[in-house]
Amino acid sequence: MNAHQESTPHRLARALGWGSLALGGLQLAAPDTVRKLAGVDDSRASRTLVPMAGVRELLHAGPLLVSREPAPWVWTRVAGDVMDLAVLGRALGSRSGGRGLRTGAVTAAVAALTALDVYTAARGAGATAHRRDEDNALEAHAAITINRPRAQVYRFWHDFSNLPRFMDHLESVEPRGQGRSHWRTRGPLKRTVEWDADIVEDRPGKLIAWQSVGRTAVENHGSVWFSDAPGGRGTELRVHLAYEPRAGRLGTAVAKLLGEHPDQQVHDDLRRLKQVLEAGEVVRSEGSPEGTRAMRLLRQRPAQPLVSG
Amino acid sequence: MKATCWTGRNSVEVTEVPDPKILNPRDAIVRITSTAICGSDLHLYDGYIPTMEKGDVLGHEFMGEIVEVGPEVTDLKVGDRVVVPFPIACGHCWACEHQLYSVCENSNPNAGLAEKFMGHSPAGIFGYSHMLGGFAGGQAEYARVPFADVGPIRVDDDLPDEQVLFLSDILPTGYMGAEMCDIKPGDVVAVWGAGPVGQLAVASAYLLGAERVITIDRFPYRLDRVREYTGSETLDYEEVDVLDALADMTAGRGPDACIDAVGMEAHHPTGPLHAYDRAKQAARLETERPHALREAILACRNGGTISVIGTYGGFLDKFPMGSLMNRSLTLRGAQCHVHRYLRLLLDRIRDGDIDPSFVISHRLPLDQAPQGYEMFKHKENECNKVVLQP
Repeated sequence: MNAHQESTPHRLARALGWGSLALGGLQLAAPDTVRKLAGVDDSRASRTLVPMAGVRELLHAGPLLVSREPAPWVWTRVAGDVMDLAVLGRALGSRSGGRGLRTGAVTAAVAALTALDVYTAARGAGATAHRRDEDNALEAHAAITINRPRAQVYRFWHDFSNLPRFMDHLESVEPRGQGRSHWRTRGPLKRTVEWDADIVEDRPGKLIAWQSVGRTAVENHGSVWFSDAPGGRGTELRVHLAYEPRAGRLGTAVAKLLGEHPDQQVHDDLRRLKQVLEAGEVVRSEGSPEGTRAMRLLRQRPAQPLVSG
Repeated sequence: MKATCWTGRNSVEVTEVPDPKILNPRDAIVRITSTAICGSDLHLYDGYIPTMEKGDVLGHEFMGEIVEVGPEVTDLKVGDRVVVPFPIACGHCWACEHQLYSVCENSNPNAGLAEKFMGHSPAGIFGYSHMLGGFAGGQAEYARVPFADVGPIRVDDDLPDEQVLFLSDILPTGYMGAEMCDIKPGDVVAVWGAGPVGQLAVASAYLLGAERVITIDRFPYRLDRVREYTGSETLDYEEVDVLDALADMTAGRGPDACIDAVGMEAHHPTGPLHAYDRAKQAARLETERPHALREAILACRNGGTISVIGTYGGFLDKFPMGSLMNRSLTLRGAQCHVHRYLRLLLDRIRDGDIDPSFVISHRLPLDQAPQGYEMFKHKENECNKVVLQP
């Protein structure tokens, strides 16, 4: 993550953000200077267009300077460049002499900046895609405190048939004896994916680790650690999941099981586990009738009774 | 059934929605006999609480009769008359076990949203935004009550609805506001906001032994009501400078404790200062207009306590942190842990120590909820508290 943040597109995007901030500030504070510089001080329209461009530059600057991944935001600058080039192109057509030269020089500068913007935005996108290829495994961590004794929490998890009660993407897990279990997902695209998994490590009350076996669309392994929460607050539970989807459509679909924010999704799973163990049920509201679910947060129902319970 | 639905800023409608059904084993369905509009509902009405959706059923102060229970609800039966606390609490998490019901760790299915705004999530609340759960509220004919084995308190028939309805929110909220002041003999308590919660905080401060209580507002009819029913002294902040007046009334010490029963949409008597925060709030640069809180902090005596029970939603500016830190002040706040106070306050009502029905100014049929919101918001017809009857 850190290596990515210090990458060239990242640094370029930040620099372009400072550039936008400076230019926007200048266009707003001293529009007449900018108009003269660009040779458009004879145009009435430029009196409004220049400060407007200034506001736009400030809007570019915001995400470029603040976002953790600023490179994709450079595309907003590219869009602005296109607008500027269009306006400058028209101005260039109707000007000659000193003004024409100045307009031409500014147009050339904007064109050069456009090239730099496109380069940065494209490299930024490339870097993101590259990172995903290279780092094919999807990993997720989450931790939660459950106000129940460690032995009870361990026992509940150890019975893998309980997992679908709180793991949103699982349809069923059937124990097959001797540490083996058969997992079936509730996948996207209405396709289910199935695999067998073996418990590879089992330390009662402390750790359960499992691993998929044989050929499957998605190799995966996971572990859950149990420890006493300090002050008699029950059990601290830490989960680590890793999915290594094989290439191909099915593998990609399975990768999406964990969604865009795998940590968030696993955390939601743990919230439901906490609800089941502490409150005895998954909490449901009219806005979130399925209970805690990351996707639902973005698309709430109105808080109105459901038509069918 | 008929229900009061939020339909946008400054707009509620009473419309037909599906009847609620049991969704979980610990649910119960209540046929609502009385419900009320809360001052905090006005923050929703005014559009200052994020994550509302068109069609949300409003209302978190309600009572009625149990008409259906889930299989896990063993201590309530059909026909029981109950008052329902506004925070939803599971009863079994660490917070509930420590009587911190309004921060129940399980009752907000949308905890992820609340965490974005607040760091950690508080409990779910009936009819109070999706960030706080997306639960349908109780300004309706029926409501589904989750964790019905923990929340609702059974009330015998001898007490009328109007005397016990406010156990759902404003009486315990006012009481807890006073309790957080840790009142000792001789204490002077100042209360900002003479709305229903402020009035009940004043009454509670007297119950808890305050020597003097001073109430601050700008609506004479509300100050009259609090004077008449509680004996509190009053200050109209449009008539006097509150800091000077409080310093004078306490011979320079300042009140021992200050209660903010105003919250995020306070008003400032000086036009430009009010406009400053009003504009920032409108532009969403801050979510609060914290005039009352700022003043309460400055007014409080050295080493005193500020108790915040007015509703805040997010972030505020120009917070007098220097005063708080240098003068050894304690700032406390909470959504009320209603469940904690139900039995105690029901007994107080039954014993005649307090009759919270004095806050009611208007009784309307549920159909007229939109008029109730308008009247309450604009303080028309000396509106103090609206009770709706489905």
